[in-house]
Amino acid sequence: MTEIVNGTDVQQATTSTDERPILEIKNLEVGFHTQDGVVKAVDGVNITLYRGQSLAIVGESGSGKSTTAHAIINLLPGTGHISGGQILLDGQDLTKASKKDMEAVRGRKIGFVPQDPMSNLNPVWSIGFQVEEAIKANGIATGRKDVKKRAIEVLNQAGLADADRRLRQFPHQFSGGMRQRVLIGMGLAADPQLLIADEPTSALDVTVQRVILDHLESLTRELGTTLLFITHDLGLAAERAEQLVVMYKGKVVESGPSVQILQNPQHPYTQRLVAAAPSLASRRIQSSASISEAESSMQSDAASAAGEAIDLIATAEARVEALAEAASAAPAIIVEDLTKVFKIRGSGEFTAVDKVSFQIPKGTTMALVGESGSGKSTVAKMLLKLEEATSGKIVVGGHDLASVTGKELFHLRSRMQPVFQDPYGSLNPLRNIGNTISEPLSTHKFGTSASRRARVFELLDQVSLPRTLVGRYPNELSGGQRQRIAIARALALKPEIVVLDEAVSALDVLVQAQILRLLADLQSELGLTYLFITHDLAVVRVIADNVCVMQQGRIVESATTDEVFDNPQEQYTRDLLAAIPGAGIELGA
Amino acid sequence: MAGYIVRRVLQAIPVLLGTTFLIYFMVFAMPGDPIVGLFGEKTPPPAVLEQLRERYNLDQPFIIQYFIFLGNIFRGDLGVSFSGQPVVEILAQTFPVTLRLAFLSTVFLMVGGIAAGLVSGLRKGGIFDASALVVSLIFISLPIFVVGFVGQFVFGIQLGWFRTTVGSGAPWSDLVLPAIVLATGSFAQIVRLTRASVIETESQDFVRTAASKGLSRNRIVPVHILRNSLIPVVTYLGVDFGVLMVGAVVTEGIFNVPGVGRTVYQAIIRGENPTVVAFVTVMVLIYLVVNLLIDLFYAVLDPRIRYAK
Repeated sequence: MTEIVNGTDVQQATTSTDERPILEIKNLEVGFHTQDGVVKAVDGVNITLYRGQSLAIVGESGSGKSTTAHAIINLLPGTGHISGGQILLDGQDLTKASKKDMEAVRGRKIGFVPQDPMSNLNPVWSIGFQVEEAIKANGIATGRKDVKKRAIEVLNQAGLADADRRLRQFPHQFSGGMRQRVLIGMGLAADPQLLIADEPTSALDVTVQRVILDHLESLTRELGTTLLFITHDLGLAAERAEQLVVMYKGKVVESGPSVQILQNPQHPYTQRLVAAAPSLASRRIQSSASISEAESSMQSDAASAAGEAIDLIATAEARVEALAEAASAAPAIIVEDLTKVFKIRGSGEFTAVDKVSFQIPKGTTMALVGESGSGKSTVAKMLLKLEEATSGKIVVGGHDLASVTGKELFHLRSRMQPVFQDPYGSLNPLRNIGNTISEPLSTHKFGTSASRRARVFELLDQVSLPRTLVGRYPNELSGGQRQRIAIARALALKPEIVVLDEAVSALDVLVQAQILRLLADLQSELGLTYLFITHDLAVVRVIADNVCVMQQGRIVESATTDEVFDNPQEQYTRDLLAAIPGAGIELGA
Repeated sequence: MAGYIVRRVLQAIPVLLGTTFLIYFMVFAMPGDPIVGLFGEKTPPPAVLEQLRERYNLDQPFIIQYFIFLGNIFRGDLGVSFSGQPVVEILAQTFPVTLRLAFLSTVFLMVGGIAAGLVSGLRKGGIFDASALVVSLIFISLPIFVVGFVGQFVFGIQLGWFRTTVGSGAPWSDLVLPAIVLATGSFAQIVRLTRASVIETESQDFVRTAASKGLSRNRIVPVHILRNSLIPVVTYLGVDFGVLMVGAVVTEGIFNVPGVGRTVYQAIIRGENPTVVAFVTVMVLIYLVVNLLIDLFYAVLDPRIRYAK
């Protein structure tokens, strides 16, 4: 690769090593024009990055981290513009660069790996075409043969072993992980000095994420590329970057060496972030309700309970007792030898779910864990009878689902409610919150309109949302609020079972923590049984009592959460556990 | 691909049966005896009437007439017009003319409409965009016959740039003005659709990624924005082909173009039922073929469709 770097660059590199930062951002301000004037998305950000270092910007969505990245390469969306400050790349102020200068900087000096592998490749051009045009635009190679050779080289480097064979394929024929490799290859195609990776693996499965990040790390080290990494996952950032910059509402709230920040966070926001990161947490959330219950019982019964210390241990013990009790009662859900075979046109059959069996005791949480394509969502759909099982048996509250039809099924549905992944897509934007929550009530002809209204208020209280939201519309709410609405809707009919299909996967870590706590509280309050479907083992640890790990349609491991985490039996489970970012980092607290 | 085409052709059969039946039903269920109408004020001798009725199968019940008609079509016999000329012959005379008109019109539509839409979309909110939107709104609001007469008056009579009517043989140069008029009907839609599509594509992630690779704007616009934006536009062109055919009837009437549209129009007025049915059947057939071609072209534009089958 080094032969591509010309003489002057080499000279510059040797003279400026470690003295001048490769990237220096000074008081950067980015504004967006809106109807109410200019809104500042980035407000006085300072970042210094030295050659060969790796730095991660961490923050929740809307913190301005991606906007900062886009500002560096001057590709801000819509009305975004740099309204102040400097971005110095090797001394060159990019905020003053002409269009042509910027085109020369992009690709050649700064490589960019975007966030979502699904939307960042043009669907109508082949992979080879898109890699080759990056090579041609930066003058890395000329002539069809050389360009093609370099494209194959770049893709091989990015971890696509059979690149020469796949050049003529189109993005939709690639998996998410493969597409991300292509994007990494494109970002590194012209051997840039600096690579900006904007959440490069957020859309990927955890094991794939690990492989890709390992690869990116060794690749940048090998090529001597400086890495600027953007993520919402604190554990991931700390594990992958030497330096950390924490952003909140457009400002840098804390920066410094990763381990130091993680073990001794100074800013309250960072402290909350560290506390909430599920990948760093170590035990199941204990419902605050049961704690306060215990507290209140202590107060009312002060004399006898005075000696009893109320702490987490006590509530944990209470939880164990509750679990033991639940185990002896009839399970809420029994699944036996459940199988689903899809017919695929042209290529026969595909077994999505293969003889899956499990039981969920009443009042407990079962997590179904697996990567995308492992069949976990299909199990959920069959359980909700949104999909017919090919064979096998599902018994819910003593009813065999296969024999339930018509009116009986309608009633059964009211006892079993789903919450889906996407809080943006699962609420009808044309119906206000009140109507959304009361819809299942009117569908199931529950009470009068006055009592339905009262129930809506009660539900809003339960999910800790203000009653004033009743007349608002989904687009006026945040992602976390929307997911609370979805939960309230699921609870409207007082179900016994709630199926949560990746219900917190799309949420920021702080919001995720709130929702998980809410779910734990509701469970102890209402005695709910949860089937919790997720790809994220970190979340499993804080919410689930039992875990089933799915791989290619089969359950490969099934045990209590503690057993799975402390003593995983299967290699696949161990891989999943090892892939949790930041799991190995010791916290100072 | 071959399987797809076969499937589409098979799908066309019920469509063709349904539409021809409807056309046949409407034309022949109209009140009044078309044969009697042929003779105007004269009263034909009953024997002649009888013979003519028999010749056009009008003595048979409606459904039998329809099946005789279908059978003849399968043998390539489109019947004989009331004036005695085989309908196939009329078709052969008029079709090349309309084909030329439609071709010219489509070229104006594609080149002008897509170019205007692209510029509008790329410079959203600019002067060009604003004027293109106003002009296209005017064209959407005006019926085609108004555009036709105004065009004929201004460019044909006042300015004298074009001949007001199309001469015999319908040379290409005479067809320019009618083709422009015919294009205006869909021009506005194409401009607006292209504009909206360009704006949407421009905000896509892959366009930003293309820029981040160091590509110049001159490459991004045609390669990453235009091609993706054309997909919905091409779909619309297929749907819109029907509008073009209806427009051809009006436009050919105004400019006296000796094409399919004018012939159908006159045949309807004169009650030339065999001609009307045959022509409309052929038009339906062409509509189906054009839409099949467009769907195939669609697959060329979008590989996801190509490989989904």
